[in-house]
Amino acid sequence: MKSSLLRLCSLAVFLGAAALGCKPKNTSDAISGDAASKVYVAPGKYDEFYNFVSGGFNGQMSVYGLPSGRLLKIVPIFSVFPENGYGYSEETKPMLNTSHGFVPWDDQHHLELSQTEGKIDGRWIFANANNTPRIARVDLTTFKTAEILELPNSAGNHSSPFITENTEYVVAGTRFAVPMDDQNGDVPINTLRKNFKSSISFISVNKDSGTMSLAFQLRLPPIDFDLSHSGKGPSHDWFFFSTYNTEQANTLLEVNASQRDKDFILAVNWKKLEAYVKSGKGRTESAKYAHNIYNEQTHSATSTIENKVLAIDAQDLKDICYYIPCPKSPHGCDVDPTGEYIVGSGKLAALIPVFSFTKIQKAIATKDFIGTYEGIPVIKYESALYGEVQKPGLGPLHTEFDGRGNAITTMFVSSEIVKWNIKDLKVIDRKPTYYSPGHLSIPGGDTRSPNGKYVIVYNKITKDRYLPTGPELAQAAQLFDITGDKMKLLLDFPTVGEPHYAQAVEASLIKDKSVKFFKLEDNKHPYATLGEKNAKVVRNGKRVDIYITEIRSHFTPDNIEGIKMGDQVYWHMTNLEQDWDVPHGFAIKSAANTAELLVMPGETQTLYWTPEKPGIYPFYCTDFCSALHQEMQGYVRVSPENSNTPLSFSTGTNLPDSANTPQYLKENLN
Amino acid sequence: MQKKYFLPRYVSLLLICCSLLIFAVLFFPFWHIELQAPQYPEGLILLIYANKLSGDVDIINGLNHYIGMKTLHTADFYEFQVLPYCIIFFAVAFIIVAIVRKRKWLNILFAVFIFFGVISMIDFWKWNYNYGHHLNPNAPIIVPGMAYQPPILGYKQLLNFGAYSMPDVGGWIFISVGIILLGLVLISNRKNKPS
Repeated sequence: MKSSLLRLCSLAVFLGAAALGCKPKNTSDAISGDAASKVYVAPGKYDEFYNFVSGGFNGQMSVYGLPSGRLLKIVPIFSVFPENGYGYSEETKPMLNTSHGFVPWDDQHHLELSQTEGKIDGRWIFANANNTPRIARVDLTTFKTAEILELPNSAGNHSSPFITENTEYVVAGTRFAVPMDDQNGDVPINTLRKNFKSSISFISVNKDSGTMSLAFQLRLPPIDFDLSHSGKGPSHDWFFFSTYNTEQANTLLEVNASQRDKDFILAVNWKKLEAYVKSGKGRTESAKYAHNIYNEQTHSATSTIENKVLAIDAQDLKDICYYIPCPKSPHGCDVDPTGEYIVGSGKLAALIPVFSFTKIQKAIATKDFIGTYEGIPVIKYESALYGEVQKPGLGPLHTEFDGRGNAITTMFVSSEIVKWNIKDLKVIDRKPTYYSPGHLSIPGGDTRSPNGKYVIVYNKITKDRYLPTGPELAQAAQLFDITGDKMKLLLDFPTVGEPHYAQAVEASLIKDKSVKFFKLEDNKHPYATLGEKNAKVVRNGKRVDIYITEIRSHFTPDNIEGIKMGDQVYWHMTNLEQDWDVPHGFAIKSAANTAELLVMPGETQTLYWTPEKPGIYPFYCTDFCSALHQEMQGYVRVSPENSNTPLSFSTGTNLPDSANTPQYLKENLN
Repeated sequence: MQKKYFLPRYVSLLLICCSLLIFAVLFFPFWHIELQAPQYPEGLILLIYANKLSGDVDIINGLNHYIGMKTLHTADFYEFQVLPYCIIFFAVAFIIVAIVRKRKWLNILFAVFIFFGVISMIDFWKWNYNYGHHLNPNAPIIVPGMAYQPPILGYKQLLNFGAYSMPDVGGWIFISVGIILLGLVLISNRKNKPS
């Protein structure tokens, strides 16, 4: 009895040990010994790559260094940024203007660096706004948003901003089918199939200035666009878009848009489309959309409302658009560096289909179609297919390429990345990620020439990765070394916002072009104060313009009197510094409905202020500029509306009245 | 009557080379003062040309106001009006001596050249002294002893700034020309002593 009890106990211990041994290994096991040294960037040294990461629901773009994962900057694009006054200063408010008025927030999903001949040229980066459909261009010499273009006839601008190989066009496909802007939108929701349409916007980009313009919109049947990528090399003339909801459901899409076994990848011959548009096909429709441009000389943005758009119907064009069946609501639509293979990632599929551009061309030539979908030919799946990656994992979402003939795909459901060979479609390696990856990024990984050193994976679920911070957590990103056959986890770092797509590029392409400060002599701001002797306060009825300067460590003027209740006060702040990294800030006590200004050297920015009651309002510099930064302060006096306080302003001359000098100061005790 | 003695041809050749070098000084900085501080890892530099101040003058002026030092402006220095003519004078004088090929002329040229060098350095020191000893007493930072004289040659530390004053291309040319000239004077006075 005793011995059988002992035996039972030892069996239990054995089983327990075996069960522990079987438990999946955790991350600490996944990191190899030399990982730390591979991501260590010594103090004072630069990272090798810039990583531009979309901010998702924060509406901004963040810039990281790789391989260290250090956050270098947040560039405000579609959301106000009180930290530097973006969207609060008079100069930047027009950037967030839309045909619906001032929109202070958006959801920023995808980024695309400008390219020349299929390679990243380091000039601009394009960003999409999902909620109020817009495309932005960020200048990579100043890391500032240079332009924002609103898109009419679009809703949920998700399938953007993907570009052609020479940045000829930025495309933007709509996520929601909607009634067109020039039609009556007051229709029953369930008349989607009759009254709604989907559009793809083609935005042309000026080769030299980068200025965008909405060239034309392609109208398509009301199915939802998800993602996109342009062709490369041999497929240069083509664009590929993933779609879902070919069921054309308008409710419970979770179920109703997942009914059919296959949705589509739409192939568009944009080169031919461009020729059609140039030959005069297409019609002008009325539309209303904002076009906002930031001028680097006046340091100000202007917002123009455009009122027409050129539209062209896909059904009318017999040799432009083709649907390719693709399993289960494809998400990512990625073209390999050679331009031959198009990878569709069906998020509910158990395989990854790889399409062949050559076979697609052949199928089009031989009219190898299974029918038409609302007038658009549907190519036979097998005729377009190069092959399928079998059992890659669960929930394939996005694919990038390493430039050595391999693809890496994120698997949302099985929470891993999978490396596979494009030619033989065999899985080479798989590594867990923490947890549920969305997008991934390899430097140049969606261009003709990737730099297959690292992949960064942006996960959607964070859970236990970092010290807990309450219910809301940072998002987790992981960096892998992909130079060998086996991918190696090197680093795990938190990110801001919720990253979706990202771009990475060699730092050498960008860092030396970075602007250090703005030249004062180039400052063409109408309210610039170029020198302290030009500082002044000008009243024009209720409007008061304060021409004020900042230089270490004082304002000119720093004593202002004669402001009255009901005045509209414009503080035109010019930073007179002409050196690197000497911004000055500006904040006034309790200023309502605005933020601070952060003014770069040589720049002028304006804070609009309407004082709410008479009194003394202190103001000061908010950016620690010098040893005497704390002394960089001033006073403005606000008097009642009917008072006779004369307008006066000065620095250094409005001395304290001597009658009230404390004895201590009189005796000059020290 | 002793036969007229002329300096050898190579002396003329060297003098003409020196003349060209001196002429080049018009286009290169004469002297520079390098400033280094923890906040300025890239360094700041004040370049002194024959006719102007250059380099990071504006930034240095911006910093000088903390200790109450007067700001530097090319227009404040009469030297910048005169110096280019002095340089042209020497360039021409070297050629004349090269043509005349008289030992006496060579010796005079040497003397004037050295005199000019000494006067220049004294003048430079005097400016440094004036700037360093006329600090605004109301400046935010009171320098101990109310004096900060930048070095005319070599290194000196003030607060967080280290200043390193050295000849630049133009200065080195002048020094080299002086040495060549000294050599020529020594050689021609020893070898060809009139008997």
